[in-house]
Amino acid sequence: MVRADFDRSLEELQAELVVLGEMVEAAILKAMDALERRDMAMAYEVVAGDDLIDEKRFELEEKSIDLIATQQPLAIDLRTLLSVLHIAVELERMGDYAEGIGKICMIIGDDVPVEIPKQLPQMAKMGITMLRRSLKSLVDRDTVLANDVWDSDDEVDVLYDGVCRQIFLDMGQHPHTIEAATHFLWVAHDLERIADRATNIAERVIFLVTGRSGGSGKHHRETQ
Amino acid sequence: MQEMDYILQTRGLSVYYDTKKVVTDVNLDVARNRITAIIGPSGCGKSTLLRCFNRMNDLIPTARVEGQVLFDGRDLYGPDIDPTEIRYLIGMVFQRPNPFPKSIYDNVAFGPRINGFKGDMEEVVERSLRRAALWDEVKDRLKASALALSGGQQQRLCIARALAVEPSVILMDEPCSALDPIATLAIEELMRELSEDYSIIIVTHNMQQAARVSNYTAFLMVEESRVGFLVEFGESRRIFTNPVDERTEAYITGRFG
Repeated sequence: MVRADFDRSLEELQAELVVLGEMVEAAILKAMDALERRDMAMAYEVVAGDDLIDEKRFELEEKSIDLIATQQPLAIDLRTLLSVLHIAVELERMGDYAEGIGKICMIIGDDVPVEIPKQLPQMAKMGITMLRRSLKSLVDRDTVLANDVWDSDDEVDVLYDGVCRQIFLDMGQHPHTIEAATHFLWVAHDLERIADRATNIAERVIFLVTGRSGGSGKHHRETQ
Repeated sequence: MQEMDYILQTRGLSVYYDTKKVVTDVNLDVARNRITAIIGPSGCGKSTLLRCFNRMNDLIPTARVEGQVLFDGRDLYGPDIDPTEIRYLIGMVFQRPNPFPKSIYDNVAFGPRINGFKGDMEEVVERSLRRAALWDEVKDRLKASALALSGGQQQRLCIARALAVEPSVILMDEPCSALDPIATLAIEELMRELSEDYSIIIVTHNMQQAARVSNYTAFLMVEESRVGFLVEFGESRRIFTNPVDERTEAYITGRFG
């Protein structure tokens, strides 16, 4: 494989990573949609669709390993391939959180008379924005944007703290909703993790571009 | 922080062949008992630089050296230095194994004999062959011709021959370029072991080899206006994961030129 082919393979790999990101984004959107509408069929689709995300991740992994073995990459090439591998795992985990929300949706069922806390769709929206921007920062090698993604995690954390407090309050006031509220806590947790994973992607982009690991050195919530 | 211990240092080192400059103003510190790799494209002066360290360039009539090479703080090109003696202290292993058409034993004994060594030659031969990780393979046929050995064995014999005269530095000019991957790994492993007692400088075209074996890497380059200048020097693990200079990056990833 000559250098130009290797360059093309690296580009293709990153394009496929973006495709994986779009699959994950669609899964999150669908899971939240299913939750809001109490649409069991839709929730099931999200759960079943996670296999495709997993497959895509392993496909990316295989291609990366092939390139490592055959090209013996160094410097920026090495960092690119390591980042692709890492980001593929992050995306796959984000897909798992979407799947988790789908499952919760199916557990809650369609006959519970409680409303979803309004912060949850907000958190989902922010998580998706962070996901998109983190992948854009990858494609554009944009560390400023990557740092922005990092910073926006704080806003998600604020929403998360708020929704947790609200859910606890509701539990006290309306004991009959405790079961559903507990599930909503899990949804909030999954959404918070999705945002965290987006910051991890941003961190990898900073590593890819600068060679420095550890992101911007900020401490962020590790609830898992 | 511990102060670095350097065995060889160049200061403003330039080399000319006639009027043509082939090494330009190199300042390089070579750490003791470490492996330092010199990399760079063909014609960038890395072999010439390597040959400055044991005054092999003296043997080229048109070569002229400017600046300083310090060996343990002494000026290697000073008037009190005997270049022949230096070539024992700073041994060299070449691209193609070049054993003498003599027995294995005589190849190793060659240097000490020339030096008028009066001690236990058998012991020197065995010790040198052991250090070169060749003893077990040849101990039963020391009188056999060195030319009957495989390429990898011949190269280790050349290393044993260099070790027999008790050098403190070993210069290696692409020592594995004529060897297969197995023999290459054997030499690399040997380099690692030897670096406990010797300082090693290796010129290599193989990036993976430099990354695998060396502690430090120097990247030399050639441009239209300058030949053989040092672009970047540092710990190998940094050079090969995150070089500072984009020319280094371009070279080690094969995007050069």
